[in-house]
Amino acid sequence: MMSVVLDYYNYWIVVFLMMTGFYVVISANNLVKKVVGLNIFQTSVFIFYISMGKVAEGTAPILAEGVEAYSNPLPHVLILTAIVVGVATTAVGLSLIVRIKRAYGSVEEDEFQDQDDLI
Amino acid sequence: MLSEHLPILPIILPLIAAPVCLLIPGRNGGWLFATLVSAISLVVSFVLLNRVLAEGTLSYAMGGWPPPWGIEMRLDVANAFVLLAVTLISTAVLVYAQKSAGHEIDRDKQGLFYTAHLLCLTGLSGILITGDAFNLFVFLEISSLATYTLVSLGSDRRCLTAAFRYLVMGTIGATFILIGVGMLYMKTGTLNMLDLAEQIARYDSSRTINTGLAFIMVGVSIKLALFPLHLWLPPAYTFAPSAVSAFLAGTATKVAVYVMMRFIFTIFGADHVFHEMGMDLILMVLAIVAIFKCSFMAALQHNAKTLLAYSSVAQIGYIVLGISLVSMSGLMAGILHIFNHALMKGALFMAVGAVFYRVGSVEIKAFSGLGRQMPWTMAAFTVAGLSIIGVPLTVGFVSKWYLVSGALEQGNWIIAALVLLGSLLAIVYVGRILEAAYFRRPDDTQSGTAAVKEVPIGMLIPMWVLVLANVYFGIDTSLTVEAAQQAALSFAQDSNWQEATR
Repeated sequence: MMSVVLDYYNYWIVVFLMMTGFYVVISANNLVKKVVGLNIFQTSVFIFYISMGKVAEGTAPILAEGVEAYSNPLPHVLILTAIVVGVATTAVGLSLIVRIKRAYGSVEEDEFQDQDDLI
Repeated sequence: MLSEHLPILPIILPLIAAPVCLLIPGRNGGWLFATLVSAISLVVSFVLLNRVLAEGTLSYAMGGWPPPWGIEMRLDVANAFVLLAVTLISTAVLVYAQKSAGHEIDRDKQGLFYTAHLLCLTGLSGILITGDAFNLFVFLEISSLATYTLVSLGSDRRCLTAAFRYLVMGTIGATFILIGVGMLYMKTGTLNMLDLAEQIARYDSSRTINTGLAFIMVGVSIKLALFPLHLWLPPAYTFAPSAVSAFLAGTATKVAVYVMMRFIFTIFGADHVFHEMGMDLILMVLAIVAIFKCSFMAALQHNAKTLLAYSSVAQIGYIVLGISLVSMSGLMAGILHIFNHALMKGALFMAVGAVFYRVGSVEIKAFSGLGRQMPWTMAAFTVAGLSIIGVPLTVGFVSKWYLVSGALEQGNWIIAALVLLGSLLAIVYVGRILEAAYFRRPDDTQSGTAAVKEVPIGMLIPMWVLVLANVYFGIDTSLTVEAAQQAALSFAQDSNWQEATR
């Protein structure tokens, strides 16, 4: 039982972060907090990819003498791209929030939903 | 030399053109440039479709790195066909946008509008052409981020909250796809779609792969607005500028449907997804609920754009229903409807945008008497509306015909009857607008209605091009049916379907 927790600790971190982020996105009333939640959610996936590239006993994937096992660099490279995507999403989200604040005077979901009837 | 690099052009062209578009001064310069780029993409994708139909699948090694190590661009009939629909709608919408977006979007933001449109086109073409699962995610996000920006350019402030909601749901969907792809990579060590397919076939029932499948299916379902995950779509289409609604309704969700087909048939294999995982039943139930619930919702709306948005979700139901029949003819009907629905929804949203251009409202009551005042626009709306219903001589009839015959082929009378019942609901919601336009007097109490006249020719031409395409492909089905059949065949061959070799 204990070994399941310890051996797969990276996945437990991923699951914990993912659910935390997801919960924040769903429950938060403040739009900025929603974006924070979205970021935590995405970060969990980054950790998922990065930890899956780790090879036991492996070092950084740089050719060197006396080293036989290397970690897999590909997931790391992939996640660099995904981080860029995440940053861009955050930027678009935050700039939308700025415009929502200007248009409604609030970034609290319940406050601006009262002003208009949404579909 | 150029013809060798043709498969990459629909991605590269708009990608390079997008920042250039921002630098071009003046409102019409950016418009002309973007339209020209989109038109070239249209020509390229037409050439590509013909070449794929004649020569078979094209493979392009990005940067000269051979697959499966490098990123492969892979064009078969399925994606070439959807690509043609996407570039066609994009070009028509851009022609239309000069007047429509020129009217609805602030002058200083118009350069940004054309830039975002081209980036969205880049992303959509990229999703279609790429043969790499991770690359697909990246292009998905390029197109989605551009889409959020496009939606937020609307004139009603509610477009902002709609765009934000779309951003949150879209990002969750894309992240789910990312998780799924990660799980596939973990098990197989590859990202190339064909290589993935080979590796996955080796593992009979791996829990990792099945979990990956579940994540990807949920993620894609958000992106394509399958019934319970469609909540972002109606506000986004309602409050986006008319040109954006016309573009998105015809392309964004359709490309996501293509992604679903690609994952089911090429990567996981239809037998695995449908027979072992039982996805067909889930998809079929959701599709039927989508058709009825959303057609019904459409019939209750008082805003014409919301009505069309709900109708879009219902039409996506028909496409997914085609997939869930698990037969060649069902799949073919689904692919055909991707193309046909793009034509009809594009025309319908353009007609509603034209009404907004003149009347300044898209409430159904604002349509009163427009049949006389804007005869060409309302005639276009009528023909495209008949196409949504599925009246013979329009494309809507062709896709419903194949869908119904696909259901009957399996002796599935209930599905066939439900498809026809769904069409009855379409009569109700299209009929409500037509009734207002043709049988009600103009509302004199509204100020300025006396001045309502036909929209400029620059808006009518692209609208009528799509409407005539609706009729043309409804009568002469040789190109579309041939392409859809070939596309279904290539999907079926990808997943080693017995039926395909029969």
